[in-house]
Amino acid sequence: MAFLTLTNIQKSFGLVQVVHNFNMGIEKGEFVSFLGPSGCGKTTILRMIAGFETPSGGSVVINGKDQGALKPNQRNIGMVFQAYALFPNMNVHDNVAFGLKVAGASKTDIDIRVKQMLGLIKLEHLADRFPYQLSGGQQQRVALARALAVKPQVLLLDEPLSALDAKIRISLREEIRQIQQQLGITTVFVTHDQEEALSISDRIVVMNAGRADQIGTPFEIYNTPATRFVASFVGTLNIIEGKVADPATGAVTIGGQRIALKEPIAGLKGGDSISLALRPEAASIAEGSKGDTSLPGEVVSTSFLGSVIRTKLRVGDDVISFDMFNDPGITPPVAGENVSLRFAAKDLLVIRE
Amino acid sequence: MKAQRLGAWIAIAIGASYFIIPLLGTLEFSLRMRRGAYSFDAYESVFADLQFRETFGYSMLMAVLTIAFGMLLVVPTAYWVRLRLPQVRPIVEFVTLLPLVIPAIVIVFGYLRLYNSSSILPLTGSTSGTNALLMFSYMTLSLPYMYRAVDTAMRAIDVRTLTEAAESLGAKWPTILFRCIFPNVMSGVLSGAFITFAIVMGEFTMAALLNRPAFGPYLQLVGANKAYEPSALAVIAFAITWLSMGLIQLVSRFQKSASPKA
Ligand SMILES: Nc1ncnc2c1ncn2[C@@H]1O[C@H](COP(=O)(O)OP(=O)(O)OP(=O)(O)O)[C@@H](O)[C@H]1O
Ligand SMILES: [Mg+2]
Repeated sequence: MAFLTLTNIQKSFGLVQVVHNFNMGIEKGEFVSFLGPSGCGKTTILRMIAGFETPSGGSVVINGKDQGALKPNQRNIGMVFQAYALFPNMNVHDNVAFGLKVAGASKTDIDIRVKQMLGLIKLEHLADRFPYQLSGGQQQRVALARALAVKPQVLLLDEPLSALDAKIRISLREEIRQIQQQLGITTVFVTHDQEEALSISDRIVVMNAGRADQIGTPFEIYNTPATRFVASFVGTLNIIEGKVADPATGAVTIGGQRIALKEPIAGLKGGDSISLALRPEAASIAEGSKGDTSLPGEVVSTSFLGSVIRTKLRVGDDVISFDMFNDPGITPPVAGENVSLRFAAKDLLVIRE
Repeated sequence: MKAQRLGAWIAIAIGASYFIIPLLGTLEFSLRMRRGAYSFDAYESVFADLQFRETFGYSMLMAVLTIAFGMLLVVPTAYWVRLRLPQVRPIVEFVTLLPLVIPAIVIVFGYLRLYNSSSILPLTGSTSGTNALLMFSYMTLSLPYMYRAVDTAMRAIDVRTLTEAAESLGAKWPTILFRCIFPNVMSGVLSGAFITFAIVMGEFTMAALLNRPAFGPYLQLVGANKAYEPSALAVIAFAITWLSMGLIQLVSRFQKSASPKA
């Protein structure tokens, strides 16, 4: 059995069910991200793990112990909030020491542990500062140290980086990941930023309207999205509509053209509509580029994103975007230009609704 | 622009004179007890009066008790309402405002009917009971100010998240309330306390009708029977009020430098 097991978790607020039948096992030391759009129930699940909400059904088991009867202050779960939530009346040292004091640790033990924690977040020199004298990133690191000081069984982070600006967000997420690995602490991280989730997680849960659409490694989630929702939410996958020509051989038609997929199509019959996904970096319009398949299209727009140029192309009824590396030697396509989009048929993924 | 500024200064000057001239007049009068020379005789006479010391001490004690019990009532209530019962907040606010709408004399007659010596809870039957009743009535009178001050201070901190942060660190509610919430709403608690102090020191109706030896009725008594002492007392009362206000300012400034959010 996994270290943290969520079984058939349900949650309703009044008549509205916001979490449906959520099942998941998280291994000890694993870093799992809950990824999903606003309102999909990420925070609600996290709060049920922490004990701030009571599930309408199902169970939360940590280390073999059912948490149902335990209050939040009996669960030993570390929590980091989006709004930092440091105690304004206490300085950094006292904030980090709070949980230890509550647990009745001796003053020497507290001082040793606090020092250790501040070393971990590299803020030893700010121990006497009050929260208002710290930047957002520093405050969040103190909040992390405070949560970790009591050696919690599980660390929960609810969008800890969303109040910070882009640069700090990236450096702090790497720091969090590094500290997590160093301590080997089981961690659940909530975010609605797919890049954040992809870059630091062992596994990602992509949530959609209170359900887990897919649970998998960042590699699996990005490369083989299970549903259309996952495909569009994670990365910027293109969806191309086609028709099944022959399910047994995996043949489809797109814009009148017959294309062979890499494998047979299960569960559909000839003539059914089918959605196929193509990653932006798997297609190209350059002459002589790789790929066994080409589709004619018209350029809608191009945008310059620094290292890549993202072009939107109309193919049949679909608008597809694809990336090419920036290269001073080539001229970017212009709107209205007719081009052909090349890609390998094996890169097309069948998407379930 | 210049003219506008001048206008503003004139308005301020008129307002100030409306306020300052009577005050100076009172002060000047209070110093004229000795014929032909300014002196502090009136003040000496006031301070020498045993009754002054008794009533002043009594009211001070009542004020301190009112503040202590009031805060024990108001802080947890405001906290609980913010945390768990946000939907009843308008009702609680309305209730706390009632003492401003209902005249003190109505309240005190209500008390006398409810708690007279032949009722189930005969508070007025004994001195200590009456003292308790007076303190409760002071709590009622100061409720609008106390609740508002504390609630405003709570708005400045995220009570709910702070509570959850403390809970996840293993804290139980007394720790949360006294270590994490109280210190952060201290500015509100203190400004509520000073207002309460000023109210209790000057209150007349409740104390007179419950027949307790408070400062308010004493002021009235002296005012009716002496010439110079009332002015001296007025100046003293005024100084106490200003001291309270100054302390509110000082405390809120101190709080600001300890935490910008409060
Ligand atoms: N206490 C509550 N009472 C009623 N409805 C609630 C409550 N808390 C959350 N909800 C509803 O539950 C749904 C899920 O909320 P939740 O906070 O879990 O979303 P989320 O995925 O964390 O979103 P976000 O990314 O915006 O934080 C939302 O529709 C929200 O309105
Ligand atoms: Mg949320």
